[in-house]
Amino acid sequence: MQIRPILAALRRHKAGTILIALQIALTLAIVCNALFIVHDRIDRVNRLTGMDERNVVTVQNRYVGSTTQFVPQIKTDVQAIRSMPGVESAYATNAFPLRRGGWSTSIQRTAEDRKGEGVSSALYFGDEQTLKTLGVRLIAGRNFTPAEVHSFEREEAPAPAQVIVTKAVADKLFPDGNALGKVVYYYKGKPSTIIGIVDKLTVPWIDADFMDNVTIMPLTFNSTYQFFVVRTKPGQQDAVFKSIANTLYGTSRMRVLPDKTGVRTFEMVRSKAYEADRGMAILMTIVSGVLLLITAAGIVGLSSFWVGQRRKQIGVRRALGAKRSDILSYFLTENFLIALGGVVLGVILAVGMSQWMFTHFEMKRLSLTYVAAGVAILLALGQLAVLAPAMKASRVSPVEATRSV
Amino acid sequence: MFAYYLDMALLSLRRSKGLTTLMITAVALGIGACMTTLTVVHVLSGDPLPGRSDRVFRATVDPEEIAGYVPGSDPLDQVSWIDGMNLLHARQADRQALMSGGNVAVQPPDASGAEFYTPARYTTADLFGMFGLHFVYGGPWSQADDDGRARLVVITRSLNQKLFGGVDSTGRALQVAGADLRVQGVVDDWAPKPHFHDLDAGSFGDAEQVFMPLTTSRDLQAAHSGSTSCWDSSNSNDADLERSSCAWLQYWVELDSPAKRDAYREFLVAYSRQQHDAGRFQRPPNVRLLDVPQWLDYKAVVPGDVKLQAWLASAFLVVCLVNTVGLMLARFLRRSNEVSVRRALGASRGAIMAQLLVEAAIVGLAGGIGGLLLALGGLWLVRMQPDRYAALAHMDLTMLGLTFVLAVASTVLAGWLPAWRACRIAPALQLKSS
Repeated sequence: MQIRPILAALRRHKAGTILIALQIALTLAIVCNALFIVHDRIDRVNRLTGMDERNVVTVQNRYVGSTTQFVPQIKTDVQAIRSMPGVESAYATNAFPLRRGGWSTSIQRTAEDRKGEGVSSALYFGDEQTLKTLGVRLIAGRNFTPAEVHSFEREEAPAPAQVIVTKAVADKLFPDGNALGKVVYYYKGKPSTIIGIVDKLTVPWIDADFMDNVTIMPLTFNSTYQFFVVRTKPGQQDAVFKSIANTLYGTSRMRVLPDKTGVRTFEMVRSKAYEADRGMAILMTIVSGVLLLITAAGIVGLSSFWVGQRRKQIGVRRALGAKRSDILSYFLTENFLIALGGVVLGVILAVGMSQWMFTHFEMKRLSLTYVAAGVAILLALGQLAVLAPAMKASRVSPVEATRSV
Repeated sequence: MFAYYLDMALLSLRRSKGLTTLMITAVALGIGACMTTLTVVHVLSGDPLPGRSDRVFRATVDPEEIAGYVPGSDPLDQVSWIDGMNLLHARQADRQALMSGGNVAVQPPDASGAEFYTPARYTTADLFGMFGLHFVYGGPWSQADDDGRARLVVITRSLNQKLFGGVDSTGRALQVAGADLRVQGVVDDWAPKPHFHDLDAGSFGDAEQVFMPLTTSRDLQAAHSGSTSCWDSSNSNDADLERSSCAWLQYWVELDSPAKRDAYREFLVAYSRQQHDAGRFQRPPNVRLLDVPQWLDYKAVVPGDVKLQAWLASAFLVVCLVNTVGLMLARFLRRSNEVSVRRALGASRGAIMAQLLVEAAIVGLAGGIGGLLLALGGLWLVRMQPDRYAALAHMDLTMLGLTFVLAVASTVLAGWLPAWRACRIAPALQLKSS
């Protein structure tokens, strides 16, 4: 391949060459980072909660009326839901994964531990049906018994005698792996015994630095806000979804179930929780696609111009014996060289941009796989874009050499 | 002369339709993406207190225990009841207000109406003057009412419309949070965006419809909403909040001059030191006094995602412009002959330049129109999003003007290099070679 003459020719088109290279560089930088953001968001959206998310329906309920005892009403409601056809299990709680609101506190190994030395944990209130309803796996110990479930008031600290924790909590508190049966403190001076350990369950928030630290407490919180989590029998989710509001209104009208968030399947909860992330991923994908199109169009535009400008030279080369494939490969090589210059600059820009986003937006650092993929995409795109003008050039007839414009 | 350039430009733009369409599309896409995201940022970074945001400050001290102390860390955003009341009663600022948010049940005066919940603000008297609320009927309550735990409320114009049909309801009784309160005044609807004074209710959360004295809210045991941060072994139960070591109140002051601001900061330090000596505070004095823009910036009210999108859109515009520069270069150089003939016939370089730049400006204008349509479409898409702020995403006149200025200015700038290259061609050489 005759690279030297191509380079010599490019020197005469400095402005155009630099512009195409610059455009490829910028496109590479943006597309790499945009696709990396897409990847990151898709990872988040697909994060596991530790639950068996199929056949789960949630209800957000607020009791109205006097602020006296809600506990009897909660018990009535849970009983009513459990006796619905198609329902496998149900319980009342304050929070569940992806709810994006809940209660957290720190757990300490001794009653005297000072602040900042505990392990952060989300608190899920529930009862003996909680594990079954969430579909989490108990890997050690036992479940709560109905007798262990107590109610508590807003003024009290939630610190029951028995708790079930996630493996993440158990491992952080007792790295030796002997957490089962140990006493821990959620509030100073109030001991709780770890009676069970579940494999995995995430906190209600989608952003937390203790995603897998959860404690399940056998408590019914005497509060106006209650959530009911329901596991339906397979295939019964739709039926339960439709009839659960009426069942609840049947036990008492003194409640509010919000229009949009009152009754939701867990798919709806998940989809709502990650709406913004999905939006960002779609947006970034569109931006990347459009950018690649614009860059390709730009290459086509400038290359066509070059071909038009050099018709006479091409004719001369053809008259001197150059084959069509020689002309074609000339333009392909030319584009490849420009694109190569562009991607070298682009890699530097992409890494710089990622570094900037890392410091300003707490993004992860760009993985090199993405840079490599971006480089390949842009080189291929360049070749594809220049193909049409290059074909046109290769069809220039040798007679062109004799023509004056 | 300009009309002639315009004719020439339109003529040449029509001659190569493909290239023209490509350029206009690129500019339109770049401008559209840029203006959509910039409009969202513009809306979100709006000034919730126009004209007074640099005089109103969020003040706080650091009351926490020494355990877990990290030098240089920020104090809590909120203050405890004890500190809030101490600072309030010291009256060292031009105005000061201590407040919290909540939801209260309101019983419409005609017995037939159903009770409903509405966002409320429990505050002290100065809020109205400090935040510039305008009274339609009646007026604010007094400090004496605060101290006397007066049973009164101030409601908004729209709540007054709903409850009393819009008539002057001053002096009427209204059942709020289970108690009979007297309507002290009706204020114009006040929905600052962002909801700067209590970001716990959501940066772009619902506006309060009911205002009542903070002291009264405590008497009525009206539950407060928002975050409650406790230290030592206090717990956050609602009944004990006056005595507990929990920060749950927002404290705002108005300070009319930089000198007063410095003096107030000194006062906060002196207060912290005095509390330290008295044994209440354990940490060295650590105070913070931020005006409204600083406060919003500190709390990162504009979401990171939105800023990131704006940056990416700007980079996107740059790529589109680089693309336009390339295409214009091709277009202008292709017309070397025409330029040479005109030069040979006596047109100055300046004239050629002017003509080519007019052509660029037309492309910019067309791109601007396309960009505006795309931005309007983009904002419509943003409004479909679930975020609380999304509904605010509308283009105002400033942004509309900016769209065209940005489109034309950036395209003319992009046309500069190609035009300059084109008019540097030596006419004689070009004519001879062709």
